This record gives sequence, C-alpha cells and structure tokens, in this order.
Amino acid sequence: MLLDIEQIRKDFPILKQTVNGKPLVYLDNAATTQKPVQVINRMVAYYENENSNVHRGVHQMSQLATDAYESARKYIANYIHASDPKEVIFTRGATESINLIANIFETFVNEGDEIVITSMEHHSNLVPWQQLCVRTGAGLIVIPVNEEGELDTDQFKNALNEKTRLVALAHISNVLGTINPVKEITQLAHEMDVPVLIDGAQAIAHIPVDVSDIDCEFYTFSGHKAYAPMGIGVLYGKTEWLDKLPPYQFGGEMIESVHFDATTFNELPYKFEAGTPNVEGALGLEAAIRYIDKHGIENIRKYEDELLAFATSQLNLIEDLQIIGTAAQKTAVISFIVDGVHAYDIGTLLDKMGIAIRTGNHCAQPLVESFGLTGTIRMSLAMYNTKKEIELFMEALIKVLSMLR
Amino acid sequence: MTIKEQEKAIVEEFSIFDDWMDKYAYLIELGKELPVIDEKYKTNQYLITGCQSRVWLFAELDNEGKVVFTADSDAVITKGIVSLLVKVLSVHTPKEILDADLEFLDQIGLKEHLSPTRANGLVSMIKQMQFYARAFQLKSNVKKIKRDE
Repeated sequence: MLLDIEQIRKDFPILKQTVNGKPLVYLDNAATTQKPVQVINRMVAYYENENSNVHRGVHQMSQLATDAYESARKYIANYIHASDPKEVIFTRGATESINLIANIFETFVNEGDEIVITSMEHHSNLVPWQQLCVRTGAGLIVIPVNEEGELDTDQFKNALNEKTRLVALAHISNVLGTINPVKEITQLAHEMDVPVLIDGAQAIAHIPVDVSDIDCEFYTFSGHKAYAPMGIGVLYGKTEWLDKLPPYQFGGEMIESVHFDATTFNELPYKFEAGTPNVEGALGLEAAIRYIDKHGIENIRKYEDELLAFATSQLNLIEDLQIIGTAAQKTAVISFIVDGVHAYDIGTLLDKMGIAIRTGNHCAQPLVESFGLTGTIRMSLAMYNTKKEIELFMEALIKVLSMLR
Repeated sequence: MTIKEQEKAIVEEFSIFDDWMDKYAYLIELGKELPVIDEKYKTNQYLITGCQSRVWLFAELDNEGKVVFTADSDAVITKGIVSLLVKVLSVHTPKEILDADLEFLDQIGLKEHLSPTRANGLVSMIKQMQFYARAFQLKSNVKKIKRDE
C-alpha cells in the first residue's frame, strides 16, 4: 500500500472519538473533512509565536505574520499551478469565492446575455448565477446530466453562443461523485471566447488540480473539505481577469490611498482581500495542502478509488438498493437510495451505530429532484477511511434495513 | 388522561428499553398507531416545512371543543415521533395544548431531535400543533365576544 493508513489515522485526533459508545466511522467527508495535528499545530503555533496584523506594522511580529501569510499564498499557488501567487485570493471558502465573482461579474452581463451552468451544481454554484441573472435580465442555461450522472460535452457545444458570458461548473459533483471533463469543456468555451469558473470544492482533496492545464479563468475551493480549517478558501483567477474586474468589498488592505473625494485601490491579490484576513486559516490551509502533498495526491486518489470500488461492490449486493451516480469517471462519493425506505430513517439509525453519513438533498436540490428523488444517503470518503470502516458501515446498514423493512 | 398523565405513561413505556435499537423499534411501531391524515389533506398546504422527511398534519375541533390531530410522514421514524406528539396532544383543549411543556421528549431520550441541526423538524411539528391550537383558541374567543355582544 502506498499510504500508511495506520499512521495517517493517528494524525487525526478526532478519529479516536466514540459515538453512542461505538467507534466513530466518519463517512461525511464531502461535507467537511477532519483535521490532522499538523494543521491544528500550525494554527496554535501561529498564535503562540507569530500573531500580528499582516501588511500593516513595521514591527517584527507583523513582518513574521506577513511572511507566513504570503508564503502560504505562494505555496498554494504553486500547488495548483497558478502562474503567479497574486492569482490566489484568500476567501472564506468556495461559496464566498463564487459569490465574489458573481457579484462583480455584473459589469460584463447585460439583459439577454446567458450564463451556462449544469444541473449537478451545488446551490453555491447555482444560486449566485441565478441571482446575477435576476439582477441583469440574463438567462440561466442549465446543461442536464444523463442517467449515469455524466455531462455530455455536445450539450455544451450547443449551449455556447455569442450571448454566453460565462460557464460555471463543478469539477466533481458533491452528490454523484462524477469527475467532469473540465479541461475539454473549458476548451469548448474558449472557442467562443467564454470564460470558465470551476467549483473545485470536492476536487482539491481527492484529485490533482492544475489550473494551468485546465486553463480555466477562475477556480474555487474551500479549505475545510481538504483537511484545513473552516472559514478559509481560495479564489484562483487569471491575472488578466482579476485585473479587469472591479473590487467587491472595500476597506483595509484593498486600499492604496484614500481621499474624501476618491480612493485608489491596491493591486492584486490585495484588491480582493478587504479587511483583516484569516491569517491562521491561510496557514492552516497551507499545512493541509502540505499534508496532502506529503502523501501524494495520486496515491490518495488511488487509495480512495480502491475504497470506492469496494464500497460500490458491497452496496450492489443489497437488494433494492440503487446507486445514484454511476459515471465512469468518479471519485470518493457514493449516493444511494433503498426502495421503500426513507433516507432520513437510514441516516438516523446509522448515527446511532456511530456511523456519520449524510442524508437529504446535499445542497443540490434541483439535481436530486431531476432523478425523481427527495433525497439520497451519501457516503463520502477521505484518505483516512479504511476498508474495515466500510465493512462496519455495511454491517450497520444491513442491521438498519432489517429494522426498517 | 391529561397531557401530563399521557406523558408519564410514555416515559414509563420507554424506560423498559435500555438499548437504543429497541427504543427506535418501538418508536417505529408507534408510528403504525398514528391516526392517519385523510388523503385529501396530504397536500402542500398541510406539509410541515423544515423537515428532511415530509410530514403532513391536520387538525380539527370536535364537539367538545377539543383539538383532534391526524398526520402522516414518509419516514417511519418521523412518523413515530409525530405519533408520540399526537398521542400526547390530541383530543385536548387548545389551552391544554398551549400549556404543555412536553418534557417527556427529553426524558425518553429524544431531546437530540430537538436540536435545530436535526432535519426531522420535531420543533416545526410542535410549533405547527401549537399554531393550530392558538388558531382554534382565537376562533372560540371571537365567538364568545360575538355572543356577549
């Protein structure tokens, strides 16, 4: 095995917890992942040794904090293959990153224009665009998924035209686990001179992310779904685009000079980082990405794929169980339903057995409804999960179903 | 039986089980005793929002001025929880319903379902039942005023 799972599990203190007297089996990683000591310690060390406001003071502490914050940016930029650290904007998370762009993109959107999204989007990559359309009178074009939960690139070809202002889509679906052909779709959009935003919330901890290779204009992700703390995330944007977009919040570091009659704004990346930033979050995110990189994202992917295949084969043995999302390119997420049994009942009873999964529409209500469902049960994996945990999950599921059927 | 007596009886029934599985199995059984809402009321109008599972609740006044609840849910655990509430609150006056503190939910170990993070909407169910009670109370007050005039 390429990963030392035993050691990895030791790095995550929370995995020692028990729930209702049973060892915690945490399979809700698409909602948020747990944090390793390397991340927790980095944040503690910051407050013990380096805390100060960044970019402000001439004193040594401020210099230390600024250096740490900027080196986190540099490290992350390098990891995702941004061409310059200034293309990495720290935000509260993927949702804020997308809202940021959707708010200021109004400059480029007029009545009758079109924004293209897909039917598998999380509400965070749907509602901001829908509301942009409401404000501007633009149309929201939704590319559907097929029964397997895959996108058809031909549908993009048909949807793209001279009215299209932006394509926004998920790298990986949080409900179906589908890995979308984002590079191909970006290429199609570029043929029509349309910029592309990719919501990488479910991708960053599971597959390699290379924004230069994808060539997208914007890429967003949250730290907390990749072993980092909550309240930190990234908006990657190509310099050319970030330069021509107006600022979105005002005050603090984003200012260059202020007079009562006018203000000039700071350059990238500070232009989009109003107020005191979440420094400890940025350092935690750096530590988390370093943790991923130390183990190797390709190794993690391979291991999670093995778990996914095992879990899929086990679930398929259960009568009347249907997996929702059977794309050929898939990772780390399995949604399913059981005929005649409500997802909520299954989730409630699994919780009693120490198993954390999620039920419901997973913040992707239109997608779940497009499958004719009101909710699914979702198991989502991370690098610290084990085959043994999937066995425990299966045992519990079988027991629960015997109670409910 | 008063609301308090009914609550006490339920707490006693639940105290037999020390295993959560038996407790939930019993809850599921209780769901089967729920006076089921008339199909014609299983519409959005009677749907309680804030639940991950769907819950329909209907209330009417009987001849003695007591509120009679009927309900249904597509999830069996939720149905069991509604059934408990109906068992305790149904066929009581609006005032009795509004005065009930429903402490038994805590005592039988269902308090966790009261947390707002739980999507089963126990809180919404209780609110909706109280809402019906208040509406009936208001209606009868209006009637009284009219009579006094």
